[in-house]
Amino acid sequence: MTASERLLDVQGVVKRFGGFTALNGVDLHVNRGERFGLIGPNGSGKTTMINCISGALANDGGKVVFKGQTLDGKKPHERTRLGIARSFQIPKPFATMTVLENLEIPLEYATDTAARDVRDKAMDILETIGLSEQANANSGSLTQIDMRRLELARAMAANPDLLISDEAMAGLSSNEVDDILEILFKLNERGITIIMIEHIMRAVMRFSERIAVLDAGQKIADGTPDEVVNNPEVERAYLGE
Amino acid sequence: MKLNSFWLWAALIAIAGAALTIFDVIVINKFIYFASYVVLQYVILATAWNIMGGYMGYVNFGSAGFFAVGAYSSVVMYKLIQAPLLLMIPISGIVCALLGLAMGYLTLRLRGVFFAIATLAMAIMLETLITNWEYVGGASGAYVLRPRTIEPFGDYIEFLFFVMLILAIFAVAVARWIERSKIGRGFSAIRDDELAAECTGVPTLRLKLLATTVSGFLMGIAGAPFAMYVSFVEPASAFNLVYAVNSIAMPMIGGATTWLGPLIGALLLGTVQQVATVTISSELNLLIVGVLLVFFVIAAPDGIVGLFRKWRGGKK
Repeated sequence: MTASERLLDVQGVVKRFGGFTALNGVDLHVNRGERFGLIGPNGSGKTTMINCISGALANDGGKVVFKGQTLDGKKPHERTRLGIARSFQIPKPFATMTVLENLEIPLEYATDTAARDVRDKAMDILETIGLSEQANANSGSLTQIDMRRLELARAMAANPDLLISDEAMAGLSSNEVDDILEILFKLNERGITIIMIEHIMRAVMRFSERIAVLDAGQKIADGTPDEVVNNPEVERAYLGE
Repeated sequence: MKLNSFWLWAALIAIAGAALTIFDVIVINKFIYFASYVVLQYVILATAWNIMGGYMGYVNFGSAGFFAVGAYSSVVMYKLIQAPLLLMIPISGIVCALLGLAMGYLTLRLRGVFFAIATLAMAIMLETLITNWEYVGGASGAYVLRPRTIEPFGDYIEFLFFVMLILAIFAVAVARWIERSKIGRGFSAIRDDELAAECTGVPTLRLKLLATTVSGFLMGIAGAPFAMYVSFVEPASAFNLVYAVNSIAMPMIGGATTWLGPLIGALLLGTVQQVATVTISSELNLLIVGVLLVFFVIAAPDGIVGLFRKWRGGKK
C-alpha cells in the first residue's frame, strides 16, 4: 500500500475528556474509493473518532492526515472545504430553511459553485438522494427517513472526497435501512470514499470492504468483514467473556 | 439598470425628509421632529440588534451599552475638538464596531442565555466605567452645546431629524443587503445549528465576529447624535434599560427574520410610545412594550411580518 492511495491516515490519535481517555493512540487508514466500516460497542470512541477527523474536537495527541496534508489546527469548515463531509447521528437540519436551502449552504460555502448554478446543483443532489419532491418542504417537518436523507444530501453538497456517515440508519425500519444503503452504494460508485459508523451489523457487513473495530478507545481489529466477525477479541468486546 | 422598489422608496423618503426640513412644512409644532427623531433612532437600534439577534440567534442585552458608548464617543470628540456632528457619527460608529469585535471575541464561545447575560454584564461594566470617568462628567453628566441653527435646514433639530432619517435608511439597507447575501444565509445556518453550519463549510467564528462588528457599528451611529439631541448626557439616561428592552422588543414584535420586521416594529412601537408619552404618561412606555411583547411571544412568535405572511398564505 503506497501512501498516495491513502486518502485518510489517522496516526496514533489520542483524545481525553478530563481523566477519561476516549481514544488511546488509534491508528486508522482509509484508502481512496474504499467503503470503510467503523464499529464498536457503545462508548468505544467511534463518534469521538469522527469528531477528531471532522475537526469538531481537537485531538490531544497523534495526527490526522488527509490527502497527504496534516489537519491539526484546521477548523471544521476548513476541513469541509478540503473534502471531508459528515452527517450527524441526530439529524441537525437548518430547520427554518427549506430542504433546497439546506443544500445551498454547503454549495455556497464549501464549494466553488457559481451562484447561478447553485440551485441546479442542489436539485441534482436531491434527485440522486431521492428527496427532490421535498425540495421546497420545510426541513424541520420532514419524516425521520427524509431527515437522514437530508443529512446525506447536505453532506454531498459540500462535494466531498470522504463522506462520514454517523449512524445514518439508527432507528429506521428494515426497508428504510436498505434505502439508505442503496444511496451510500450509489455515492461510492461515483468515487466518494465512505466511512460508515453503524450499529446495524447487517448493513455494515454488507456495505463495508474493510472494517475496523474500536473498543474502549483502542482499535482491536481491522480487516475484511469475515476476518472481523471471526476475531475472538471482537466477540469478547461485544459479548463479554 | 433596473431600479428596484426598495431604493426607489428609500430615495423618495430621503427627498421627502429633506423637503420637509428645508422648506419648513411643519411650522406649527416642532415637537414632531423631536418625536420622529426618537422613532428613527429606534429603527436603527432595532435593525442593528436584529442582525445578531434575529438573523444569527444571538440575543444581545447590551444594546444600551453600545448606544451609550456611541453617545459618549461624541461627548469626548466634542470636548476634545468641538467636532461637528458629521464627524462624530462615523467615529462613534467605528468605536462601537471595535467594541462589538472585542465583545465578540470574549463572549462568542457562550451560547443562548449565557451570551445574553454576558452582554448585559458588559453594558453594566461600561456604565460603571463612564460613571467614574471625570473627563466626560462622571455621574453628573456632560453638557454639549448644539448650534441653534444650521443652513439650509434652519432649526438644528430639523437637521438632526434629517441626519437620523438618512442613518435609518442606511441601517435598513445594510440589514437588507446582509439578509439577501451569502453572509445572511450563513447567519441563518448558525442560528439553526452552529455545529452543522461549521461542518457544512460556514466559517462560523468569522461570521459571528462580523455580525457583532456590524451590529455594534450601527448601534454606535444611532447613539452618536444623542448628545447633540439632548444637549446633556448622563450615564443613567444614556445607559437606560429602555434602549436594551426596546431593541429586543421591536424586532420581536415586527418579525425577527426579515429586515422589514424591526422597521415595522420600531415605527409602530416607537410611535405608540411617543404618543403615550405626550397624551398619557411617560411611565406608561415600558408597560406598553411589556404587554405587547408578552402578547406577541405567545400569540405570534413570528411577529407582525409572520402574521401577515400566514394571513396571505391562508388566503391562497
